[in-house]
Amino acid sequence: MNAVKAEAVLPRPARRAPLARLLEDRTALGLLFVAPAVLILAVLLAYPFLLGIYLSMTNAIIGRGGDFIGLGNYLSLLGDPLFRLTTFNTFLYTIVACTFKLVLGMALAIVLNREFLFKRFIRAIVLLPYIVPTVLSAISFWWIYDPTFGIISWTLRHLGLVAHNIDFLGDPALARLALIIANIWRGVPFYAIGLLAALQTISPSLYEAAAIDGGGRWAIFRHITMPLVTPLTIVITMFSLIWTFADFQLPWVITRGGPNNATHLYGTLAFQRAIQGGHLGEGAAVAMAIFPVLVVCVLVSFRNLRRED
Amino acid sequence: MRESFLTRTITFYIPLGAFLVFLLFPFYWMLVTTFKPNADLYNPHLNPFWTWHPTLDHIRFLFTQSHYPSWLWNTTWVAIVSTLISVIVSLLAAYAIQRLRFPGSGTLGVSIFLTYLVPPIILFIPLADIIFHLRLFDNLWALVLTYPTFLIPFCTWLLMGYFRSIPHDMEESARIDGANRLAVLWKIVLPLSLPGIFSSTVFAFTLSWNEYLYALVFITSPEKLTVPVGSIIELVTGDVYHWGPLMAAALLGSVPVALMYSFFAEHYVSALSGALKD
Repeated sequence: MNAVKAEAVLPRPARRAPLARLLEDRTALGLLFVAPAVLILAVLLAYPFLLGIYLSMTNAIIGRGGDFIGLGNYLSLLGDPLFRLTTFNTFLYTIVACTFKLVLGMALAIVLNREFLFKRFIRAIVLLPYIVPTVLSAISFWWIYDPTFGIISWTLRHLGLVAHNIDFLGDPALARLALIIANIWRGVPFYAIGLLAALQTISPSLYEAAAIDGGGRWAIFRHITMPLVTPLTIVITMFSLIWTFADFQLPWVITRGGPNNATHLYGTLAFQRAIQGGHLGEGAAVAMAIFPVLVVCVLVSFRNLRRED
Repeated sequence: MRESFLTRTITFYIPLGAFLVFLLFPFYWMLVTTFKPNADLYNPHLNPFWTWHPTLDHIRFLFTQSHYPSWLWNTTWVAIVSTLISVIVSLLAAYAIQRLRFPGSGTLGVSIFLTYLVPPIILFIPLADIIFHLRLFDNLWALVLTYPTFLIPFCTWLLMGYFRSIPHDMEESARIDGANRLAVLWKIVLPLSLPGIFSSTVFAFTLSWNEYLYALVFITSPEKLTVPVGSIIELVTGDVYHWGPLMAAALLGSVPVALMYSFFAEHYVSALSGALKD
């Protein structure tokens, strides 16, 4: 009798429309809210990713599905001198550029972490190379490196350091250097702002205590700053490794992979084979070469993101 | 521990000055070249760092002799539509993952973040195949369709970090007062998350404005290109580089992004570092 009475005084849940009940249910509402994102990413990211793996095992060309040829593309790439050169270029580009970005980014972060006039303004404009369209700043580098009217050549000539203009993009070693400098230029602000955020989480009292104990600048950096910023530094470096390894815009705009293929990266080679040459399957296999490095970087950054919590 | 002016110069002013010159010179170079007349541009006897006869010729060329106005419009349109779609979709997803905490939401959050790290280089070939079969080749909708693949993971990640930082209290007391979840979302959560929505909108807009690879692959007609792709294709004719218009194109293409960024620079920096820290 009591139970019936209790139901009678609590009529609200029973009278609610199904829609209202759905809105009160965490799980139902949650699934409803994530559905659009999951759907879009499943159709336009996860499916293409799997399709890419499949394409890399076919001899498909643009506009015509090919036949399944297993690891054929991968095996022929292993014997392809251009692919091997590209592998060398990609690793060289990534390792050299990321090393310099890390060192210079740390230096810039330390400089920006001090007190100075117009601090906010300067911190903001330092990020510009990272913000503006890479392709457009790449055009500027292209012009800076121009063999006839390049500004670096002009300056060096007028300082009496060289007799003739330097053809930065015409010589394999110089072209690699030129491209790496452009990449460092674009990436340093990202490292600097990320590392600055890490530096700012360090309590000033730690530095004061170390100074009282008589620690020098280097000792303080080595024993206090470095250990505290290491996890975030690793995450930033892993992200940057992925983006540098999979770079396309800078090499494509500044050198087109030349001269003598000295600056071909996986990205530019995949584009050339798949889109310009029309061999989708082979291009997809080149692009997949990025995958192992991607997996390693993701795993390492995840370990360190977890440790941050 | 006051440092002397000499120490400060060596450890601070000189490094900061060197960094600023290195990081800002390419922009200065765009600016000078944009306003320098051709006669000065190709005269090796003049000091190239300045111009005494500024001209608008290159900008005029860009707007009358090239498809630049169409590219500006295309880039803006694609950026606005794909940003709108992505921010709305990401807002719902981030709220659900961070606040509703349904079973599996943690894993889903991690997976969405993972997708952000998949570089476009891995996706553009299969996407080209898909776009071809959808008959969207050389159609700006191809870009509207594909840009959310990098915008949604990024915005969701950013907004998740943002939702984590706003307190649960108000939401809970409104719930106790009998408001339903949609009302809470509309009247309390949405106004509180406006700064987060702002920064993800700015981010998404700049990311789609800067996109290059998909636009290069999916679009071919000169009048349908975006600013980054069109500038390089049309302003280089054979071996002739129209450096003045090229630099003007680079400068004017960078300005909207730089302007947008300058209004939200503080948000931008804190969002970027906040997103990294989580």
